[in-house]
Amino acid sequence: MTKTADFTSVCRLEQLERERGATALVAGHAVAIFRTYDDQVYALGNYDPFSKSSVIARGIVGTRGDIPFVASPVYKQAFDLRTGACLDDAGVSVPAYEVMVEDGVVLVGPRKR
Amino acid sequence: MSTRKTLVVAGHGMVGHRFVDAAIERGLTEQYDIVVYGEEPREAYDRVALTSYYEVGADALSFLPGGTYEDPRATVVLNTQVTAIDRAAKTVALSDGTTKAYDVLVLATGAAPFVPPVPGKDLKNVFVYRTIEDLQAIEEAAKTAKAGVVIGGGLLGLEAANALHKLDVETHVVELAPRLMAVQVDDAGGATLKRHIEKLGLTVHTGVMTEFIDADQDGVEDGKVSGLKFKDVDEVLPADIVIFSAGIRPRDQLARDCGLEVAERGGILVSPNMQTSDESIYAIGECAAPGGRMYGLVAPGYTMAEVAVDALLDGPGEFLGADMSTKLKLMGVDVASFGDAFATTEGSLELVYSDAVAGIYKKLVISEDCTKLLGGILVGDASSYGILRPMVSSGIALPENPEDLILPASRGTAQIGMPDEAQVCSCMNVTKGEICTAIHEQELTDVPSIKQCTKAGTVCGSCTNILKNLLTEEMEKSGKAVDKSICEHFAYSRQELFDLIKIGELKSFDAVVEAHGTGRGCDICKPAIASILASQFNGHVLDKATVGALQDTNDAYLANLQKNGTYSVVPRIPGGEITPEKLIVIGEVARDFNLYTKITGGQRIDMFGARMEQLPEIWRRLVDAGFESGHAYGKSLRTVKSCVGSEWCRYGVQESVAMAIELELRYRGLRSPHKLKGGVSGCARECAEARGKDFGVIATEKGWNLYVGGNGGAVPAHAQLLASDLSKEDLIKYLDRFLMYYVRTADRLQRTSTWIEQLDGGLDRVKEIVVHDALGLGEELEREMSRHVDSYFDEWKATLEDPEKVARFVSFINAPGTPDPNISFTEDRGQIRPVTFDEPVSLGSSIPVGAPQ
Repeated sequence: MTKTADFTSVCRLEQLERERGATALVAGHAVAIFRTYDDQVYALGNYDPFSKSSVIARGIVGTRGDIPFVASPVYKQAFDLRTGACLDDAGVSVPAYEVMVEDGVVLVGPRKR
Repeated sequence: MSTRKTLVVAGHGMVGHRFVDAAIERGLTEQYDIVVYGEEPREAYDRVALTSYYEVGADALSFLPGGTYEDPRATVVLNTQVTAIDRAAKTVALSDGTTKAYDVLVLATGAAPFVPPVPGKDLKNVFVYRTIEDLQAIEEAAKTAKAGVVIGGGLLGLEAANALHKLDVETHVVELAPRLMAVQVDDAGGATLKRHIEKLGLTVHTGVMTEFIDADQDGVEDGKVSGLKFKDVDEVLPADIVIFSAGIRPRDQLARDCGLEVAERGGILVSPNMQTSDESIYAIGECAAPGGRMYGLVAPGYTMAEVAVDALLDGPGEFLGADMSTKLKLMGVDVASFGDAFATTEGSLELVYSDAVAGIYKKLVISEDCTKLLGGILVGDASSYGILRPMVSSGIALPENPEDLILPASRGTAQIGMPDEAQVCSCMNVTKGEICTAIHEQELTDVPSIKQCTKAGTVCGSCTNILKNLLTEEMEKSGKAVDKSICEHFAYSRQELFDLIKIGELKSFDAVVEAHGTGRGCDICKPAIASILASQFNGHVLDKATVGALQDTNDAYLANLQKNGTYSVVPRIPGGEITPEKLIVIGEVARDFNLYTKITGGQRIDMFGARMEQLPEIWRRLVDAGFESGHAYGKSLRTVKSCVGSEWCRYGVQESVAMAIELELRYRGLRSPHKLKGGVSGCARECAEARGKDFGVIATEKGWNLYVGGNGGAVPAHAQLLASDLSKEDLIKYLDRFLMYYVRTADRLQRTSTWIEQLDGGLDRVKEIVVHDALGLGEELEREMSRHVDSYFDEWKATLEDPEKVARFVSFINAPGTPDPNISFTEDRGQIRPVTFDEPVSLGSSIPVGAPQ
């Protein structure tokens, strides 16, 4: 495990399929990582508050207007990949994490504020 | 001493059957043993749909396939007639020479066709039109006949003429009255109807009297019909078949012989509770004459049956006359007549719309003060019948411009001015107001959801068009167009997308979105497009280049996601047949991976609780043992259920197991708009419950009956008969066409039942396309299906052979061996079940995490 300041490297960019998620273990938490069509990488908590199961990474990735989102595979609620906010239910969100790609390596950082 | 009593029913027709059904349902069999004697060689059948016998066969018309009621206290004896009644001894004499004692006797002997005393009526090839045997005889005679005549231009006569015409016999209809259907329609309506029928190639002779039926010159008495001579016409109309359909007469001879009172014009006199002049004897249906009047329709007969059961249970039911309104489709022509159709009410006024070119005639009879609708006649377009008839019975005030009710939609619609209280669906008693409220409050945007929500249109379906109009009207009112786009990314329906992808030969989501869409898709359009691509090109569902990123989680991991994030594993067990060896393998796999096992309703074994990273290992074991994917995760063919079939079952008439296996293997892997299930039963007992499936096959003595459009689910539907007595080849041909047409044209997540409902023309349209190949699509659909069949491969086996695909099945991309801490199990009844946490569980930082490779 490599750490650059508060960032943890989890995999190489090419290990991620475009428009699909993968799950990474970061500091004991399951984190869902997504690579979008335009090679942006996002990270959300993998825990779906609606179904109470660890599945967000397995959802379908797409866009709603200009918002990149993932639909939970269980009951299909949509979450904004950038913020973790649920697009279908205003008071609900999942954690969103800072991500960067350096030399082809994906690094997950602290939780976004 | 037994206190049970005996109830004898004479006659197993539609009404006799209804009586027994109601008696069982309402508990009359708690007191009575019921025995029904039917003189025909078969149990009760749908005589109203008699003409369709030529298309669907006798089995499909039967009300009691197998000939036994579920309640053993009610029995049916066929081929046996009640020949006499001894009221003093309370016994009936039977045609087999025995007698039977009764406590209560119910006469349901029906009616017989009336044959006027025309010379020549006993010649060979002169028929009546009443029983299946009559129809079989006509069918036989039609094989060598060129021309035929139906005497009688009423409802039944036109049915008979239609049947004869369909048997490829040049058909003439002869009616004594100056018009067709003289009881239901007026002169102008009759003339419109006549034009329609002549357009179909039949010849109609009205206002003519038959003088005699002519015979072959050589065989005077035994001779065959050769023609018909009209009074005051010189030449003889050549004919090889003559069918009498000039009305019916109640069969009341039994009652007359034993001294029961009969009505002046025939029919057994009964009180309002259906009792005859002997209080132990009841009469119901066409043989009865409540208040001195006989009713030649089945609906009043059914009411009488219910009333008689009620009376026997000491209930208050009474028969108070019947609504004689009729609506039917005769040879494709709508005909309806209701209320005071002939304007007999004093001072009543008539409003008429007639379009001779389009063949439409509509008449409304309204009250003198123009406020109430009293009755009407509709020929050629009876779509407003659903609104008009209830307006008569409920006495709703007429709109200001009553002509709007009969003008064609382009000039005004039937809905304009229709008050909210107006009943739109008379079967389920749903008003316009209730429908409009549902459209707004539930934000309904299509007819199936209106039906689901309000139950309107779910019985006879005749108001479906009104529902469609109301929907459009209401949506326009609120400024919305009826939108068929599947989601924000594609302004097309699934069917349109299917065609666009096919025509453009688009092979990936990227290509489709580039050509026809915007954005990057969503959970609605991506699986739909994945399914379309899979049905058309049948690639591997995990192929990255084509459909890999589109799949819903079930398809993406080739397993069904369950509530705690684990998956279920369902190997295919075609037709439910499995060897002991394979059963043992399933048991071993489930034991070794500690999976919960359950036998499903679809005759397979589900194994629950597999973690995603275990799936490849589990499937490797299963594939090695000869199992393949059961596609339980896909919108695709699931199972074809079967009974044990003729090899083992003492009732089976065909080998249902072999057929179910063949069909399941043929259609396995077919991706479709919704999941698909099939069933095959080896006899009419229907142990496979095939009519609850998207396609149901039921063996007959002569082959296979094919039913389509059934399903369980939130809105269960019974499959309907598509074709009967098929050979295996035809069965597969029709199924290929049916399934492929559904795959091509249905909406996303639309089941076969709702798809059929939404097609213009419904099941008839499906028949035209699948059976009669009306669009000439048959071969193309078959070709597409055979391409699917030829290109099938087991996607689990293929996945295991491809390391890149297997690589997806890891718990954590940086810690592939670490199980997800959110998944844990407890035990119930000796097996695992999921524990769900309220909060995610945090793992300690002591767990090793792998570095990027």
